[in-house]
Amino acid sequence: MASLTQTVDRGTGTMDVTAVARSSRRPGTWRACRALLRRDFVLAWRRRGELFLPLLYAVIVTALFPFALGPEPELLGRIAGGVLLVIVVLAMLPALEAMFRADLEDGTLEQWLLAPQPLALLALTRVIAHWITTVLPLIVVMPLLGALLDLPMKVLPILIVTLLLATPLIALLGAVLSALAAGARRSGILLALMLLPLVVPVVIFAAGAIAAAQSGMPYLAPLTWLAAALVLAIVLAPLACAAALRIAVES
Amino acid sequence: MTPPHAPAAPLLSASRLAFSRNDEPVFGPLNFSLGRGETVLVEGDNGSGKTTLLRVLAGMLPASSGDIRFDGIPASRDARNGRVLWLGHRTGMNESLSPRENLAFLAGLYGTRAGQNPDTAMAAVGIEAWIDEPLRTLSAGQKKRVGLARLRLLPGDIWLLDEPYANLDRYGIDLVNHLVAEHCRAGGAALVTSHGAVRFADPNARHIHLVA
Repeated sequence: MASLTQTVDRGTGTMDVTAVARSSRRPGTWRACRALLRRDFVLAWRRRGELFLPLLYAVIVTALFPFALGPEPELLGRIAGGVLLVIVVLAMLPALEAMFRADLEDGTLEQWLLAPQPLALLALTRVIAHWITTVLPLIVVMPLLGALLDLPMKVLPILIVTLLLATPLIALLGAVLSALAAGARRSGILLALMLLPLVVPVVIFAAGAIAAAQSGMPYLAPLTWLAAALVLAIVLAPLACAAALRIAVES
Repeated sequence: MTPPHAPAAPLLSASRLAFSRNDEPVFGPLNFSLGRGETVLVEGDNGSGKTTLLRVLAGMLPASSGDIRFDGIPASRDARNGRVLWLGHRTGMNESLSPRENLAFLAGLYGTRAGQNPDTAMAAVGIEAWIDEPLRTLSAGQKKRVGLARLRLLPGDIWLLDEPYANLDRYGIDLVNHLVAEHCRAGGAALVTSHGAVRFADPNARHIHLVA
């Protein structure tokens, strides 16, 4: 890297600029990602009331199903897997929209863009922080929600594995769209419309795995497809996200 | 690859730089350079393209024509990132976090100047007492000062300051001038926009005039 050596009178100058362009002084990408994770977790803790809402939504909707359909364990158990999958997807949606909004509005994204860090990795870190703070709690309460709907015990582990693969995938897809829509006012509906066609295949494969597990069929194939799509998304989505964020800052 | 002690190319130079929005020229073509220790004052009325010029230089807007060089190297993300510090109209910091948390996060992205940390940077701008208060409880002028603390904390030899005097009292204005002068003495450079209402410290500062 270009090293810009310049003599500076250290006696008078308290600000050392010679170190500026020396790449060794730049914090590593890992340190930057950790700083972002810590910041996002602190912020999430400050707004824990807001984070509680998707959880509350999922619990309420799940609790309403037995009342609406009648408390027949057989019927509930048959539809439980698919219902819980859809509830989790719906509970995820509102938060997706806000993934980059605040940072665009307060100018934090401008600071991201000029930082000596790969923007795509910052975007990926943001998605991970988002997933941990908003989606992981939904998966943690899955045994409780499953019990409310008489989900067969043998299906529960498969449902959780399916969600562990499908929800990061949806979060990554949502991040790209959220970055694209960040500049637009009232982008909520726009995001939902754009996300729908992308989420449908994910839901189909996830539901396929759950249905197969429920009827005692091999469920590995749809799970493997989900895993493959997730790997692909982890590689490609952050790059698309970074490009979209640059456009968002430009406009 | 610039060998050490190479004949110094200006830190930042622009030639025939112009920007148009929807075929409507906003500024330019402009030719200027910014060497180590130099301050250039960009003056112009509201809407004359001062902010746009800074955004183009920071790579947040693509130039319509002309080129920008950093140390003689054509501008690219690698040539630019980490060297440019941007102080814009927006704070660049989260309102729910304290100055300490905001500065620590940015230090994680950019690194810090030797011997600086959020405490010393906040002390340098005179609001160390507010370091653990959420940013939203600070006044506009105090937020601006936190932005100045960011300049003080982060490394980066090219400062692009968009209206740094806005919202500041006269002590704050002196503080901006002091920070810019100190930065230039240490070998940095600054491009500062102003609508011309405020006196500027460095009498040798060159001026770029933009007309709407």
